[in-house]
Amino acid sequence: MRGRILFLGVLIVVACALPFLVSSYRTFQLTLVLVYAIALLGLNILTGYNGQISLGHGAFYALGAYCAAILIDKAGAPYWAVVPAAGGVCLVAGFLFGLPALRLEGLYLALATFALGVAMPQLLKYHHLEKWTGGVQGIVIAKPEAPFGIPLEADRWLYFFTLAVTLIMFVLGWNLLRGRIGRALVAIRDQHTASEAMGIHNALYKSLAFGVSAMFTGVAGALGALAVQFVAPDSFGVFLSIVFLVGIVVGGLASISGALYGALFIQFIPNIADEISKAAPWAIFGVFMIGFVYLMPTGVAGAIRLLLTRRRAQ
Amino acid sequence: MKTKLVCIGAMLAAFAFPAAAQKKYDPGASDTEIKIGNTNPYSGPASAYGTIGKTIDAYFRMVNDQGGINGRKLTFISYDDGYSPPRTVEMARKLVEQDQVLFLFQTLGTPSNTAIHKYMNLRKVPQLHVATGATKWNDPKNFPWTMGWQPNYQTEAQIYARHILKTRPDAKIAVLYQNDDYGKDYLKGLKDGLGDKARSMIVAEASYEVSDPTVDSQIVQLQSSGANVFFNITTPKFAAQAIRKAYDIGWKPVHYLNNVSISVGSVLTPAGLDKSAGVISTAYYKDPTDAHWANDPAMKQWQAFMKKYYPEGSLINAFSVYGYTVAATLHEVLRMCGDNLTRENVMRQAASMKGWRVDTLLPGITITTSQDDFAPIQSVQLQRFNGKQWELFGEVISGN
Repeated sequence: MRGRILFLGVLIVVACALPFLVSSYRTFQLTLVLVYAIALLGLNILTGYNGQISLGHGAFYALGAYCAAILIDKAGAPYWAVVPAAGGVCLVAGFLFGLPALRLEGLYLALATFALGVAMPQLLKYHHLEKWTGGVQGIVIAKPEAPFGIPLEADRWLYFFTLAVTLIMFVLGWNLLRGRIGRALVAIRDQHTASEAMGIHNALYKSLAFGVSAMFTGVAGALGALAVQFVAPDSFGVFLSIVFLVGIVVGGLASISGALYGALFIQFIPNIADEISKAAPWAIFGVFMIGFVYLMPTGVAGAIRLLLTRRRAQ
Repeated sequence: MKTKLVCIGAMLAAFAFPAAAQKKYDPGASDTEIKIGNTNPYSGPASAYGTIGKTIDAYFRMVNDQGGINGRKLTFISYDDGYSPPRTVEMARKLVEQDQVLFLFQTLGTPSNTAIHKYMNLRKVPQLHVATGATKWNDPKNFPWTMGWQPNYQTEAQIYARHILKTRPDAKIAVLYQNDDYGKDYLKGLKDGLGDKARSMIVAEASYEVSDPTVDSQIVQLQSSGANVFFNITTPKFAAQAIRKAYDIGWKPVHYLNNVSISVGSVLTPAGLDKSAGVISTAYYKDPTDAHWANDPAMKQWQAFMKKYYPEGSLINAFSVYGYTVAATLHEVLRMCGDNLTRENVMRQAASMKGWRVDTLLPGITITTSQDDFAPIQSVQLQRFNGKQWELFGEVISGN
């Protein structure tokens, strides 16, 4: 336990030092890694812990991003206020979507969420909403500057802001998953009937898992919009949802640290693939994916856990 | 004798040194190299456009084989953005901040370019000859680092307006447009072009959403307005539906179709070639499938280029003519820059082209820009579909 806290401390110190060691472009990429990590943690709560497969989390990411952009653009809201607001909206939206989705299991649920992911870009183009969403042209937002005259570049400031939110979200997630609620979620995943017999309100927990998961993803969407400074329907295609799913599987299902590994994977592997081959970057990406899944069937987090146990056993 | 030599030496030095002093570089340029950045959708829904990026890359390889521009080799760094704006932002930042390119060239897509519009202008890095027809790229006052290339939608619509005014001053016009920025851009151009007469001449307007299954009801509605001119502002799928429906219900207006949907293969063939006869549109570069250019020296040269530098490309793909032509334009801009390869000078030279042309453009079409005119190509030629292929007619018409 002490070793773990020490490790976390070192990780946070490294995370704080990193932006001063690399260029602002790399800082921007690291910000995106943190953003994806929050989104993946959200999806992991639903899919990894609770066993509900979602192929439509890109839609909640889009909802969070649009909430943030519209609040900044139309209502002049400060950037730090839009993040919890986006989270709140997505919590409600996720919970409501979770209610009808309760009747669906496994692949059928996957299809229902897939429909949500496919529909989202078109809904964002809907012309009665154009006044707010800006239609196909999207919304351009300004990059937040460091407050109180702190001598930090905008990119670095946003990185630290995102890092703070990430820490809060991870502590929240850890608190939620280590106790009763986490055990209930896992119990529902593993033995539906038995968990009900133990007195767990299955329907409520499953809907709540949907809501909380959407909230995490929505917060990530809002931070992503701040980092990219632009939202448009084309940014949130169904591919984004699938990439999220890839991220949690590669990172490690039902693992909190797995979200971070998954985020690193989906942020950097496409770039590496693009550098290896211009003609077929996604084929290279596929090779990486198969390699990871084959070599680490329980994800990167699972492989690390295994390695540690083996060393301890020796 | 000695003094004479010294004298000559001094004179040579006097000539040589100012020349050396004039060499000016920004990041991405040096004595031996010019680095050019680009994003293109090599994957994803719009990957058909990826051909443009590959053609440009091939063109620059040809230039390098011929010794480069003013002795400098071109390095073309092109990344895949999959037509996703956040990826474009990431790639543009990589190109500017990490790869340190001199400028971005031909970044493709309206949403993608919108996403980096502010960033590029804040950074003061040229976003040159973007591959989209939106009108907003011609705004040198607010965005002095961004410039378009192809005729913009409003210019094109103004040209149809002029043609209508000239040939049918008493026209009753019906308009069908896609309800987004692209459709509205065209509609605005038409109204501007008609001027005071817009109110009386346009008798019906109908719009559709990209998500609509058909535009049949809109066509019936437009026919009932009694219009004798039809301006069809639609993307390929809807253009084909509109042409066929108008023909099937016996509506025979003078039919203007926007340049976006002039593909014979993906629009006119599905609509029915006989049903498409008489449709009027515009063109500004030579169509590789047009038999008229079979023996044209410029197109022969283009074919030779394709065979040598881009053999996996297609000899009937118009995007490759487009890529070749726009790369040739940049070639000229960089030649004009001489040894002053600063970002500011690249924009200044790009904004001082006076009647320049490359022969893959239609005869009579030239590129002219100035400090307050960032729209390089502003003229097009009208063409009419004869049931088999497009036939150019009339003079080259300019928008402004």
